[in-house]
Amino acid sequence: MTDTVIEFRDVNKWFGNIHVLRDINLAVEMGEVVVVCGPSGSGKSTLIRCVNALEPIQGGELVVLGESLTKPGVNLPALRTRVGMVFQSFNLFPHMTVLENIMLAPVKVRGLSAAEASRVARALLERVRIPDKAENYPANLSGGQQQRVAIARALAMQPKIMLFDEPTSALDPEMINEVLDVMTDLARDGMTMMVVTHEMGFARRVAHRIVFMDAGQVVEEAPPDLFFAAAKSDRAREFLSKILTH
Amino acid sequence: MNYQFNWSVLWSGQSGGWLLRGLGTTLALSGLAWLVAVALGIVSGAMRTVPWKPLRVVATFYVEFFRNVPLLVWMFFWYFGVPPLLPLAIREWLFDHGAEFWAGMFALGVYHGARMSEVIRSGIQSIPKTQFEAAVAIGLTTFQAYRLVIVPIALRLIVPPATSESLNLLKNSSVALTISVAELTFQTRQIETYTARAIEALTAGTVIYLGLCVGIATIMAHVERRFAIPGLIARGG
Ligand SMILES: Nc1ncnc2c1ncn2[C@@H]1O[C@H](COP(=O)(O)OP(=O)(O)OP(=O)(O)O)[C@@H](O)[C@H]1O
Ligand SMILES: [Mg+2]
Repeated sequence: MTDTVIEFRDVNKWFGNIHVLRDINLAVEMGEVVVVCGPSGSGKSTLIRCVNALEPIQGGELVVLGESLTKPGVNLPALRTRVGMVFQSFNLFPHMTVLENIMLAPVKVRGLSAAEASRVARALLERVRIPDKAENYPANLSGGQQQRVAIARALAMQPKIMLFDEPTSALDPEMINEVLDVMTDLARDGMTMMVVTHEMGFARRVAHRIVFMDAGQVVEEAPPDLFFAAAKSDRAREFLSKILTH
Repeated sequence: MNYQFNWSVLWSGQSGGWLLRGLGTTLALSGLAWLVAVALGIVSGAMRTVPWKPLRVVATFYVEFFRNVPLLVWMFFWYFGVPPLLPLAIREWLFDHGAEFWAGMFALGVYHGARMSEVIRSGIQSIPKTQFEAAVAIGLTTFQAYRLVIVPIALRLIVPPATSESLNLLKNSSVALTISVAELTFQTRQIETYTARAIEALTAGTVIYLGLCVGIATIMAHVERRFAIPGLIARGG
């Protein structure tokens, strides 16, 4: 038997009058890597932002790590320590060094001592392959390095789930792989991941499942080999023909 | 016209002592009021940007109410209006301990807090919303995200406008003479009254205010450089 760690049940979301998520039903198992793709504006970001409650939902139910996010009184900060998130725009704290960025939540939320948190942070910097950048400020790092620090910062709380919203879209091409490599390591270590990305090579190699969205709906889900070889829906085939030909 | 300057009026007799005491009072008044203004400014400026409407409403009310009434009116309000509302014991203590000073301090601090609030709010609003999201996404509460991330960044961004506002506060401390606080302007007027030497007395006041302002601006420029966020365009010093 597998463990479901994220479950969307008929989830609906509106921004004002815009219906952004329509009757989403989706389950993610422990250790699974799910890549979410689809055209711009289809609701991919919104979908994964709901998982750590950066966006509230207006209909249906969303259960994450056994907690229903729609239940009143749910402790969001506690939930978010168990769900890491990596953004397209890195969002490191510019007034703190790399080490301080990673140590912040372990010290302030977990109550770790500075020494212990610093040990954890340095180990994570090893893991994302930039051990020598600990004392730098974010502005003095390349985009690829910043994004790897952002991954380390999210991992510092030992989350059970990692969410990635187009983590390589803001990067120069030569830096994309260094970030994808770190994400691949993470997937191999068994992390549960939901990844919004246009990197179809990564999706093919690492994902267990592709979720294709269009107009706020999950149109199709399939294992990568099946999805790329023989997408069932016209919309997915059209989307693939557009992004795979250049 | 042939005016004979007589600068010695500034240090002969009691003048020197008056000026020094005036300077001390101005510094104490402005310094304490500045602390009040900064504290109120940070709290209310941050409250105006939080994702919870009741807090925003309270802070907006504070800002609009206090900054849209002239400072002079606030001086009278805190001096003449507030004490009768206080319990007798506190009122007596106040009038034994320079009530006009405390009234002036609150008037100045609360008024400039409302103006500082706007400076801080605009600093916070210049930070991308995703910075806040990144802070709560690692498990910080909204309060922690503001205290540890948003406000520290905003404060670094707003040093130049906050400096202007601090200088305004210092200069506006002279309004306290209307409720008889013996600050610098009050003392220069006193020298003028006693010596009939208006130009000399006012020149002394002017030079001291100028010196204070230049000093504050220098300190703030140093603070700005010391706490500059790496990677932002360096500003002129
Ligand atoms: N904060 C918001 N307020 C109003 N509308 C929003 C907001 N965020 C997103 N939307 C709208 O919701 C829809 C889905 O947006 P979303 O960002 O989830 O799409 P996406 O699939 O991530 O697109 P992209 O590939 O461009 O990132 C879009 O129509 C978008 O304009
Ligand atoms: Mg998006």
